[in-house]
Amino acid sequence: MPQQFATYKAIQLENVGVRYRAPSERIPSFKDFVIRWLQRKIKNKDFWALQDINLTIEQGESLGLIGHNGAGKSTLLKLIARVLRPTNGRVIVRGQVAPLLEFGAGFHPELTGRENVFLNGAILGYKRKEMEEKFGRIVEFAELGEFIDAPMRTYSSGMWARLGFAVATDIKPDILIIDEILSVGDESFQRKSYARMQEFIDRGATLLFVSHSMQVVEAMCQKAAWINHGHLMMVGKTSEVIQAYRESQ
Amino acid sequence: MENSNSIPVYDSKRRISPALEEFMELIKYRNLIVQTVRRNILVRYKRSVLGVAWTMLNPLGTTIILAIVFSNVFGSTASYAAYVLSGLICWNFFAQATNDAIAQIIWGGGLLKRIYIPRTLFAVAALGTGLVNLSLALVPLLMVTIATNVPIRPTIIFLPIPILFLSMFSLGIGLFVSSIAVQFVDVTEMYQILLTAWMYLSPVIYTEDMLPAKFLWIVKLNPMYYIINLFRDPIYLGRLPELSDIFITGSIAIISLIVGWFLFAQKADEFAYRI
Repeated sequence: MPQQFATYKAIQLENVGVRYRAPSERIPSFKDFVIRWLQRKIKNKDFWALQDINLTIEQGESLGLIGHNGAGKSTLLKLIARVLRPTNGRVIVRGQVAPLLEFGAGFHPELTGRENVFLNGAILGYKRKEMEEKFGRIVEFAELGEFIDAPMRTYSSGMWARLGFAVATDIKPDILIIDEILSVGDESFQRKSYARMQEFIDRGATLLFVSHSMQVVEAMCQKAAWINHGHLMMVGKTSEVIQAYRESQ
Repeated sequence: MENSNSIPVYDSKRRISPALEEFMELIKYRNLIVQTVRRNILVRYKRSVLGVAWTMLNPLGTTIILAIVFSNVFGSTASYAAYVLSGLICWNFFAQATNDAIAQIIWGGGLLKRIYIPRTLFAVAALGTGLVNLSLALVPLLMVTIATNVPIRPTIIFLPIPILFLSMFSLGIGLFVSSIAVQFVDVTEMYQILLTAWMYLSPVIYTEDMLPAKFLWIVKLNPMYYIINLFRDPIYLGRLPELSDIFITGSIAIISLIVGWFLFAQKADEFAYRI
């Protein structure tokens, strides 16, 4: 568990580059692939989603990632979530990482809320016993009451989102990744969500936050990083980075 | 580890072979395997009245139809029902486990993009689901065996061995096909057609002596021929297989598993942007 005083480097990216290698045109079918392969028409196009990224995030920091769509923000999150491996460079992550799963990804509509909580917990790497202990709190936070035993297909979209958020944030990861999803739910739930993220920060968790809303980034994050076309343009105090980003528009 | 406390450290540079890493992670995530198997079984029968009983009724129904057809058209004996059901259970397991492995990696794609889970997990869970179904299907198999006067002999305790080989073979094929299906959507469709052809090349509904001798060699090129026979003989004939049969079938199973596993593990890093 995180030490009380001495902080450590939670996330280190050293000269990181990510290259996507894809055929220059989309070849969705195997038949087309075989035909073109025979004609020697397959050309691979390399696309560098990230290049020469050097970034260190201390434990307990909350960092906002800003930049255009397609700038590489999500790719960066994927590297840290271990979903993607860097083509170049090195990624070191210390601590348990939990991404906030978008809109209840991983939930199955036919299963009840209760069954889904346990399934989701297992996806996040938790044992059944650990989840049993968290279960009551999760249901309470998600404000689901007796609906927890109804199949999730009967839930409203707000209920899905609330349960997803409740599961992801009850597990108390060392590093929480949030990719642009807090726009779901009504206002009071959003307030509750921000309060919970603040709790995370206060507790010493590291937060990585992607949003297009500068207002939210400014409110949540001490530091911000601006990514443009796969390059890290600037890291620093949130207000300064946002200002530079705005001026570049 | 650099930190003395118990924080997990992930370092992209420090890596054992992908195939081995995949295996170690799978052990760590065993609770997710159990949960996923549970989900698969719950979801499948959730809205049906008879529930899990369908796992037993389904092959039983098919067997009764085939038994009626074959005894009237080809003049098969009553014990044909036991013959066909034992083959059918084997085949259904294979078809289901491989199909589910493919379907689930595509279903789970959204998840694989966002969070790390061992990527073989879906195929392994599909296999686990298949094993639950297979165990349930053994009940009607024993019933049919008794009903058609095929005596149950102690040789059935040999069954775990062919089931193990069948599982390894299915997992290998499932991983192999899904690593291609991730990239090309139509592989899933092609595999359906392949499965139909494959079934008719396997001694599931016909017996070997129904085949013209000149076709037998084709059937013998089929790995499922050996696996089905290894499973069926202890039940239907009440005899233990020859050592050479065990050896051949075991080798097929191991080769399939190794090839499928390594290919899949090699390609798995690309899944996050392919799916």
